Amino acid sequence: MFYREAGQFKTNYAKDQGIFPILQDRIWIYFVLVVAFVIIPVFGTDYFLGSIMLPFLVLSLAAIGLNILTGYAGQLSLGTGGFMACGAFAAYKLSTGFPDMNIIIVFLLSGGITAFVGVMFGIPSLRIKGFYLAVATLAAQFFLLWLFNRVPWFTNYSDSGVISAPPRAIFGDFFITGPDATHLSKYLFVVTFVILFALAAKNITRSGTGRNWMAIRDMDIAAEIIGIRAMQTKLSAFAVSSFYCGVAGALWAFLYSGSVEPLSFDVNRSFQILFMIIIGGLGSIMGSFLGAAFIMVLPILISSLPGMLGLSIPVDVISHVEFMIMGALIIFFLIVEPHGLARLWTVAKEKLRLWPFPH
Amino acid sequence: MARPEAGDVILKVENISLSFGGVKALSDISFEAREHQLTAIIGPNGAGKSSMLNCIQGFYHPQEGTITYRGIVRKPEKSHEAARNGIARTFQNIALFKGMSTLDNIMTGRNTKMKSNVFLDALYLGPSLKQELEHREKAEQIIEFLEINSIRKTPVGRLPYGLQKRVELGRALAAEPDVLLLDEPMAGMNIEEKEDMCRFVLDVNEEFGTTIVLIEHDMGVVMDISDHVVVLDYGKKLADGAPDEVRNNQDVIDAYLGVAHD
Repeated sequence: MFYREAGQFKTNYAKDQGIFPILQDRIWIYFVLVVAFVIIPVFGTDYFLGSIMLPFLVLSLAAIGLNILTGYAGQLSLGTGGFMACGAFAAYKLSTGFPDMNIIIVFLLSGGITAFVGVMFGIPSLRIKGFYLAVATLAAQFFLLWLFNRVPWFTNYSDSGVISAPPRAIFGDFFITGPDATHLSKYLFVVTFVILFALAAKNITRSGTGRNWMAIRDMDIAAEIIGIRAMQTKLSAFAVSSFYCGVAGALWAFLYSGSVEPLSFDVNRSFQILFMIIIGGLGSIMGSFLGAAFIMVLPILISSLPGMLGLSIPVDVISHVEFMIMGALIIFFLIVEPHGLARLWTVAKEKLRLWPFPH
Repeated sequence: MARPEAGDVILKVENISLSFGGVKALSDISFEAREHQLTAIIGPNGAGKSSMLNCIQGFYHPQEGTITYRGIVRKPEKSHEAARNGIARTFQNIALFKGMSTLDNIMTGRNTKMKSNVFLDALYLGPSLKQELEHREKAEQIIEFLEINSIRKTPVGRLPYGLQKRVELGRALAAEPDVLLLDEPMAGMNIEEKEDMCRFVLDVNEEFGTTIVLIEHDMGVVMDISDHVVVLDYGKKLADGAPDEVRNNQDVIDAYLGVAHD
């Protein structure tokens, strides 16, 4: 009734291959776009835009990056934080080294540099799989952070090791970093960037490259026997994944926190993003957003809920309760649907297709 | 090169020996598969049938002997390179990509004919879109041929066993092979599923002119559909010939029914 493709006839393959072939999905995407570009900018407060939406979007982008590697290509990685740091420092070095370079190009180039670094750390994946690969990628995490902490060239020889992002505008006075940038302009920039990159990821994963990744994930020997080059495929997954993580790291440092510090990209960040894609759904772009929302936004909602309801509960109690509720919710969701929130969404859509009949 | 005629030797296996450490899987096997024909390899469990198929396909590299394909002696290659020679296969234990839909599995079978570029794929425009649509067309022909239209968007992990076997055949066909190696395509099927599968195998042979080498345990099926039967036992060749000759061969009868030692 509400969600079914009955009556939506496709008369050629181009239409059937469309990114959102079902009308209701298209309506939903238009709705999301309206919310993202009209409703949130108009009604969102600075706190909401700067402290909830910005980190949520940036971490979603990082989660998409890890999902490409782990969810689509099946290569478990714990180096996400390291790759984000790599993107952040690359962006810092590029934007201070070439002050005239447009900040968008800086972000894209720093993604490219991270992609190269990611490929280097992806080489062990040609030999090792699963948990062992995860441990090998930890090397990337620790080595990269050590490098940025210890080699003063990366911080332009600053004494504190903490460096602030230089103010940059996309064009004219439209500053997106530095003190002159408003939360609104930062938000608009990030949301555009993230939506474009999410669409690109969706396109990659539904075309030849993505099919090769999934084939390697599902059965690597069979994939090789039918002609897929394992090395190329795995390394391309590392490259694309690291590109996304690198861009996310640069956005995090430049637009959200405003300072480039290795500490915000430690191993906890890697775990946080891994949990996002596990809860959200491996092998799903949508799941990356759902997982980021769950891990990142839900705790904020829980902790601000008593305040909204007018209850006066001590802050320490709230933070303990928040941990308990989050833990319980994670267990609950993993039991109900081990394949993540995106899977719940798919199941709901399948039920709606048949509604009001059960089968 | 002149277009090969039906009946020409397309694949010639000569004195193949393969061992894993001390285990001799194949010793001194020779046979021929002819263009457009259906060759069956039979034998008891552990006779070396699958090893033989793996050698032909290029996944195993035999220590001795040569395999001549279209007049050219095959050299040891990496698996993904061997896949580009026009020999496709299915597996004894289904080796489909379980998380992907039927259509995607069949499209993946066409990967050797596609050129993927991450940047173009990200835009899904121009050459990338054109290529997807072209190959979708071919994939749909296979889907139509195998009568799996209704499951084209179902993840294959959810399909029943018989259909999975059919999708796997589709994935192998997607590569438009000249030689198709089928490792027990009818294992574990009921009689109707077997009949369907036989029909598809014969149709492939008939319509596309594909040479087929298959391993099968069901003697009724083998004797009915194959033009040529090779019998292996303990890594050695027992017999080789038309189904009727093989059926009456004393060694084959002994191997299958057992023989009294006196």
